[in-house]
Amino acid sequence: MRKLITTLSQLVLPISVMMLLIVINLIKGVDYFNITLVNGALYGNIPNILFGASELVILSIGMTLVTAASQGQDISIGVNATISSAVFVLFVLHAGEVTLLVIVAGFLLSCVAGLVLGAFNGTLVSVFKVQPMVASLILFTGGRSIAFMIDGKLSPILANDISNQIGTVIPGVPIQTPIILTAIFIALVAVLFKTTNLRLYVETVGINPNAARLNGINPKKIIFLTFLIMGVCSAVAGFIAVNKAGRHDSVNQLKLIMMDAILAVAIGGNSLIGGKFSITGSIIGAYTIEMLNRTLLRLEIEPAMIKVFKAVFIIILMVVASPVVRVYFSKTLDRVRTWRLTTTIPKDAMVSTGKKEE
Amino acid sequence: MASLHVIKPKARLSNSNILFLIAAIIFVVMYLFAIISFPGSFRQVQTFFDLFNLNAPLIIMTLGLSIVMIGGGIDISIGAVCGLITMACAVSLESRMGSIGGAVLVALGIGIAFGLLQGYLIAYLEIQPFIITLSGLFLAQGLLTTLHKDPINVTMPAFVSLRDFDFVIPWLGTKNRLGIFIPCEIKPGVIVVVVLLVILATLMKWSRFGRNVYAVGGNSHSAMMLGINVKRTIFFTYVISGLTAGIAGFVYIMTTGAGNVGNAAGAEMKAIASAIIGGTLLNGGVGNLLGAPIGTLILLVINELIRAGGVQSNYQAIVSGLLLYFFIVLQSVIMSLRDKKKFSLALPTWLRKKTVTQG
Repeated sequence: MRKLITTLSQLVLPISVMMLLIVINLIKGVDYFNITLVNGALYGNIPNILFGASELVILSIGMTLVTAASQGQDISIGVNATISSAVFVLFVLHAGEVTLLVIVAGFLLSCVAGLVLGAFNGTLVSVFKVQPMVASLILFTGGRSIAFMIDGKLSPILANDISNQIGTVIPGVPIQTPIILTAIFIALVAVLFKTTNLRLYVETVGINPNAARLNGINPKKIIFLTFLIMGVCSAVAGFIAVNKAGRHDSVNQLKLIMMDAILAVAIGGNSLIGGKFSITGSIIGAYTIEMLNRTLLRLEIEPAMIKVFKAVFIIILMVVASPVVRVYFSKTLDRVRTWRLTTTIPKDAMVSTGKKEE
Repeated sequence: MASLHVIKPKARLSNSNILFLIAAIIFVVMYLFAIISFPGSFRQVQTFFDLFNLNAPLIIMTLGLSIVMIGGGIDISIGAVCGLITMACAVSLESRMGSIGGAVLVALGIGIAFGLLQGYLIAYLEIQPFIITLSGLFLAQGLLTTLHKDPINVTMPAFVSLRDFDFVIPWLGTKNRLGIFIPCEIKPGVIVVVVLLVILATLMKWSRFGRNVYAVGGNSHSAMMLGINVKRTIFFTYVISGLTAGIAGFVYIMTTGAGNVGNAAGAEMKAIASAIIGGTLLNGGVGNLLGAPIGTLILLVINELIRAGGVQSNYQAIVSGLLLYFFIVLQSVIMSLRDKKKFSLALPTWLRKKTVTQG
């Protein structure tokens, strides 16, 4: 029970932000939660948010791990996703007839590509002790051109039924496929953390790598492992993104998503300088960002102004969540409580204290 | 520092200086390589000056960013703030009340305002710098598009004359094919770069504030124990960074003469890369301000070399990525060798004597 309360206290920020956004949306229109059935699938505001945020959620899971272990951020995730999905598209287009087996094989191949990219960043960070942001700057600079070369300087179109179904809905299933894939991925991650010591190791390395080494945990291995997981995450995100769009765009696919992913990690109540982490918080944070984007669109704010509102919202959010303001509020709360105590003390007690003073 | 050299017989270079030294040596080697392989273009002195002429804003931004990075923070809003300032200057110059002095005030005002806001939030409310400056980036981009969406070409006569103004060096130049002597030209922006470099390098090297920044970046907790006002130091690093972004914005519009939505877009990543190549670590506490222009120049020479070599445009990014990889690994290998004390570089005797006499 106490454990539940501590985890909930970490999630206060993302959940309260989500509530606030829901209230704003309900004020705008009461039909916010309405869900309609179109062609056998559910559509509406909430399914759209779940659908739109699927890549961001997967990437923010990986980003949480990398942040926790290596005390820095990977800014090449969008690029990695683009490269690995370029491998997937290349394989599928050269396979001739597209069957489910081909798609699965292509997906596995793109995962291998993701692992290679993750290993590249991971080697730089763990062996050469480069800061993650600097290490991933290399792929950030050159990666899009690599993807451009892989898909033959065109933006190839994925015109087959299976990828169309992966991107939208499978007939007979009422939920859009990216949502299901995201749920499966989250479940797999949850199983990974339930069955292994990964969480403990990552947190130990993130809090103090030297202490971890003295206790028999190899920080290099753990950091490398988080980057490998990040590579798989980006491959899955790229797979979903390319199937959603139906074509591979190596210039604009998942552009600037690393900013949103880092933001999701921060909104989820995680420290950006490593240590303890909460993946649940990051997932909720990612959905909150998507909800914020869609709320701004729903409020019919001018497109030019959207970024200003987003920035102001984030700043207010971070100010409210900042340690200084939190301490101040808890102090004032204490003061109010003690003041209330002094006013509600019964008269006998007052008299007795008065006597003592005399 | 100087007193340490006196005590230790085998004084070693500090981390800040060795990273700067590596960058400087690489730059010289690279430029010599460029001169040897492409003598037609790189041997001209004007090519060297053009690197400064066209990229003065980037160097100025890198200077401000380096100070923030030495203090242990990061500022990714500078590119967007610089873009916002070019547009604001263009709008104010084109309005009826416009004057060059007013535009300078607008530029500095916006830059300092961003610096104050971000500095206050980061230093006094202890919010993570990445998030705050990221929202600063969003804010600046949003304000830019709300202010004006279409490109503005400034036509004000006084400004146009300032834009086209060049300092001519009559004794330095090259003869073109017809044998006519063309003297070298320097834009006023380069003078701004040099002046700022001298002021900021002096500030970081010899003032109390500069040493506080190094102390805070190295270990903010011990700095606090030593009685340094950590919060105020961090606050002022961001104010300086905002100020340099403001100056960079004005220099940008002084070189291009137009306000555009795409101005200085993505400059923050270039600035971070050049600061790192110049020997400033993202962890803080290590760095040399003279490395900022060197790092920028290395990046620019790489690009110029690739262009001169006739590499296809989509290979350019890959090649610059590979070169970045080479630098980063080289820096890391040298640093780790130093940690194991297998590689130590004693100061040459003539240099050591100099520092002693200074001290």
